[in-house]
Amino acid sequence: MSELKPMIESRSASPQLESPQRRRFVGAAAAAAGIAIAPGMLLIEVAHGRPEDQPASSAVRWGMLVDSTKCATGCNECVTACSTENGWTPVAESKHPRQAPQWIRKLELQDPLTQMETSLPMMCQHCAEPPCVDVCPTGASFKRADGIVLVNRHTCIGCRYCMMACPYKARSLVHEPLNDTQKPDVPRGIGCVESCTFCVQKVDRGDGNTACAEACTAAGHNALLFGDMNDPESEISKRLRELPTKQVRADLNLNLGVRYHGI
Amino acid sequence: MASITFREVEGSSLKYWLLFGVLGLFVLFGALAWSTMHHHGHVITGMDNQIVWGLPHVFAVFLIVAASGALNVASIASVFNKPMYKPLAPLSAILSIALMLGGLLVLVLDLGRSDRLIVAMTHFNFKSMFTWNVFLYSGFFALVGVYLWTMLDRNVKSYSKAAGTAAFIWRLVLTTGTGSLFGFLVARELYGTAMLAPMFIIMSFAYGLAIYLMVLAAAYAWTGRPLGDAVMLRLKSLLVVFVAAVLYFVVVYHMTNLYFTKMHTVEAFILRDGGIFTQLFWIGQILIGGVIPLVILLSALGRQRAWIMIACALVIVGGMAQMYVTIIGAQAYPLDMFPGLVESSSFYDGEIHGYAPSMPELFLGLGGVAIALLVTTFAVKVLRLLPASLDDATVAKLEH
Repeated sequence: MSELKPMIESRSASPQLESPQRRRFVGAAAAAAGIAIAPGMLLIEVAHGRPEDQPASSAVRWGMLVDSTKCATGCNECVTACSTENGWTPVAESKHPRQAPQWIRKLELQDPLTQMETSLPMMCQHCAEPPCVDVCPTGASFKRADGIVLVNRHTCIGCRYCMMACPYKARSLVHEPLNDTQKPDVPRGIGCVESCTFCVQKVDRGDGNTACAEACTAAGHNALLFGDMNDPESEISKRLRELPTKQVRADLNLNLGVRYHGI
Repeated sequence: MASITFREVEGSSLKYWLLFGVLGLFVLFGALAWSTMHHHGHVITGMDNQIVWGLPHVFAVFLIVAASGALNVASIASVFNKPMYKPLAPLSAILSIALMLGGLLVLVLDLGRSDRLIVAMTHFNFKSMFTWNVFLYSGFFALVGVYLWTMLDRNVKSYSKAAGTAAFIWRLVLTTGTGSLFGFLVARELYGTAMLAPMFIIMSFAYGLAIYLMVLAAAYAWTGRPLGDAVMLRLKSLLVVFVAAVLYFVVVYHMTNLYFTKMHTVEAFILRDGGIFTQLFWIGQILIGGVIPLVILLSALGRQRAWIMIACALVIVGGMAQMYVTIIGAQAYPLDMFPGLVESSSFYDGEIHGYAPSMPELFLGLGGVAIALLVTTFAVKVLRLLPASLDDATVAKLEH
């Protein structure tokens, strides 16, 4: 029983602490702790982008501006960066190039009359009205609230109807068993269809940028700008207000997340 | 109206079991083809990220389209009250179920993840034509099954007309759905038109009837049962109408496209510059599948059974050519993302895409055909589907 004595003593002392001073002390301590933790919490929020238990928000519309006047012919930095970030084998290294997935590719255009040449990256255009989502029988193709078009790897049955429906040839089927280059946060699988995800893993981490745009900037071209098109103060929104841009196959009225300047 | 005796095929002869065995062998080859494709992935096929639907889809869509067409003979009997067609109806129903089964199996076994078939049956997106087709195909089995039951069971015979009408309407919707798989695609020039739905319906009439005629003639010849000219010539005339109608739709489809400047290059590809696709269109689809059968059937040759069979075979071959051109030809022509500009990329943009079907694809497709014929062969043995006689005298009594 002797061991219990100090506890009883402390209990007997407690009424003294249930005083206004104690409340003030607790309040001050909590405030101090709050002040100490809050910036950390804010930092975590920024770094993590979006907590896992919160859905993507339709207040955001992720989009990309491609300035083809700055896109260099022969430069493949965006493609290489995408392949590295997302773990797909570059087509040049593939044994089956016609069947190799290409999430992004460089497209060279030429006007046969004027000889004008244009170079630009082509990938999933993250349509607001995506035909791939319309035709997908299982709903595996879906558009997130923030405008990113994705494929659910668990429910894609590999019917390739989305590949038939996409006007941009943005999608690839994984034709063969995958090697070990897969990234832990970019699930892929044989027999499923895949395409550009706007580096959704980076977006959700809070990076606020895609691998291709980062690589383009690092290479000094600055042809790719990624950001929130719904935020009037974002860099992309400001540039889109100033620069004349077009949507590829605008006749289809799909309201694309990728806008091109110089086409 | 005179009654008709239906009798099972005895099915104990060496010839029967030989047929059964050969068909079974092709089913086995089909199964092996599927397991090989499933194990290695689509990398071993001729399909790639350019030609995403290949030979299996050609077989599958052909069989599904032909399935709904094969039901027509039954529909004429019960929906349009033509007594001469009544004895022909049970075979028509079973053949349509069998062809549908064969086509669907090829379709689902060509999926990138055929092991996830259950996902396709539990997750639905009702904006997808594929989802609608899942229900249309399942409903087809159920309705034609019930329809067949009303034909075979005297107790429910009075429901035959109702079941037949339901099945007839359903099959029209079904083929509309199959045509709309392509008609509802906005990306490719040769798709994205309401023409495809009625065109597929009329094609189903022709292909289904050609298959029906061949199966009917074979069944009667191999079992030694009498099959009179009255039946053959009546069905032959029907085939003439259907084949001519197919040609009409094909002409209107391409003429409309040719009127629009933006369609000129893709039409030139199919009609003039497309190599194998141009050959398959003109020689396969138009000549073999249309013109030659019409000449045979409308000339004096069309009164001879052997020539009717040849015409039917040509319609089927032409139908396969048509599916090849419709499905693969349209993909071989590159997407025109920047009209008027020349495109090039590591992803084969701006290039005509080549396609060489592989052995597994061919055998998967043939496996579907074999399943359809095997089911029919087995069904006529265990069910009373075929009249004991279809000679002219028996048939003539029906009409009075």
